Amino acid sequence: MMYSEKVMDHFLNPRNVGEIEDADGVGQVGNAKCGDIMKMYLKIEDGIIKDAKFKTFGCGAAVATSSMATELIKGKTIKEAEMITNKAVMEALDGLPPVKVHCSVLAEEAIAAALQDYKRRNGLIEDDRYEGCQGCCGGCGAQDIRHEHLHDESDDE
Amino acid sequence: MQKQIIYLDHAATTYVKPEVFEAMKPYFTEEYGNPSSIYSIGRSNRKAVEDARSSVAKSIGAAEPSEIYFTGSGTEADNWAIKGAAMALQKKGKHIITSNIEHPAVMATCEFLQKQGYDITYVKVNEEGLVNPDDVDKAIRPDTILVTIMMANNEIGTIQPIKEIAQVCKKHGVLFHTDAVQAAGNIPIDVKDLGVDLLSVSGHKFYGPKGTGMLYIRKGVKIESLIHGGHQERNRRAGTENVPGIVGFAKALELANENMEAHYKKLKSLRDKALKGITERIPYVRVNGSMEKRLPGNLNLSFRFVEGESVLLMLDMKGIKASSGSACTSGSLDPSHVLLAIGLPHEIAHGSLRLSFGEINTEEDVDYLIDSLDEIISKLRNMSPLYEDFTKGV
Repeated sequence: MMYSEKVMDHFLNPRNVGEIEDADGVGQVGNAKCGDIMKMYLKIEDGIIKDAKFKTFGCGAAVATSSMATELIKGKTIKEAEMITNKAVMEALDGLPPVKVHCSVLAEEAIAAALQDYKRRNGLIEDDRYEGCQGCCGGCGAQDIRHEHLHDESDDE
Repeated sequence: MQKQIIYLDHAATTYVKPEVFEAMKPYFTEEYGNPSSIYSIGRSNRKAVEDARSSVAKSIGAAEPSEIYFTGSGTEADNWAIKGAAMALQKKGKHIITSNIEHPAVMATCEFLQKQGYDITYVKVNEEGLVNPDDVDKAIRPDTILVTIMMANNEIGTIQPIKEIAQVCKKHGVLFHTDAVQAAGNIPIDVKDLGVDLLSVSGHKFYGPKGTGMLYIRKGVKIESLIHGGHQERNRRAGTENVPGIVGFAKALELANENMEAHYKKLKSLRDKALKGITERIPYVRVNGSMEKRLPGNLNLSFRFVEGESVLLMLDMKGIKASSGSACTSGSLDPSHVLLAIGLPHEIAHGSLRLSFGEINTEEDVDYLIDSLDEIISKLRNMSPLYEDFTKGV
């Protein structure tokens, strides 16, 4: 298994590690049993993500996808952030090994969970679609309609 | 000061000792004859193979050199022992007993036989990773044809009571095989004293070449062959002998035997120093496996709140080469079956690290390892939501 240089860079020098004390939205997905947990903190002003920070328990890919996900959503509107898929996170990292695709799904779900928390707090909740990953890493949960799975690569999981 | 590489993965493989390489060299170039040929460079190769066989027989306490069969790997030896016994004895029964912490070479072979209609019993180890010979005794049935239990575990280094298990098997007249791949070269092996019928060894775990292995088959034990063809290895394992490999295998085992006491002492001292330093400096660390019945160079630790692959990658950046029982390094989604078998919860098993010391390692290596781990674990814990919850008392 080989990680791209970008994955290694984001793993060894992760961007936006930490917590936001007065976060407007916090989301946690994954579970320790699977070996991956991502917790994402968002600071949102006027519908724009002003800051994003994360804490992750997991492998190199889990840390790198968390780091990249926070980079991708900073400065974006909530709508734009919601459109960021696991595929976008993977592409920004120059790809992931097939067995690690689920890490990018977790990153997408962490964003979604944090945004949902923001909406819940602000009475903007529309649906309960994003409850975070509940299944124990069946590779890539696959219940969520927005995931763009790379089935040709991940089918061997 | 950082060396280019600090290799702490000797349970995965070892380098070839210069003396071993020197002994092998002529058989690649000048002495390239086929041992089955009758002319001089054939005969000299035949002699090299038979000398190696005698040397190996002596190294493991076999009664006769003819009990030694060279193979292409430890895995092949395990496959041969288990499938060979299963095929030879299928009229007697189809029940095989093994443990739940075996190497994949044994585990996957048993799973294969299960698909062929054999019945496999997995004897459970205790929290230290030890098999209780009484459990083997209880598991034996009239249709049991083979017991296969490893001598020392590859992940947690636990050394099994092989002699006692062999006695149980003998009492019931059941064949006993042990995978001694991790044990060979690290602890003494005497097949007569142990009382085993079949024993597998791999060359590259004790400073010999890769692609070499051996199966000891006690005289009088009949198992089917897996590889058919020429008359090599007394008609039981066909294929032109890997002469340089066999010569290197024997030489490495010979050196390991001569050097056993010093080797054991050195590795154990490095291991104990590492354990002391790491547990003094880093909180929330757990040692996996028995500390008494353990290979001298093996250390298996679980660091809470962090994941093993992350630790390995960061160690690699510091030049330290180690191994993990985390799911992420295995390509599956489950952590090591060995760590789960000794009762570790998944989340703790994910944060495990195997360090296996070898003869090139120094005290300075251990100091550097301790410093590096301290820094890495603290960096990863600061990034871990589990640690955050723990420190906040959630």
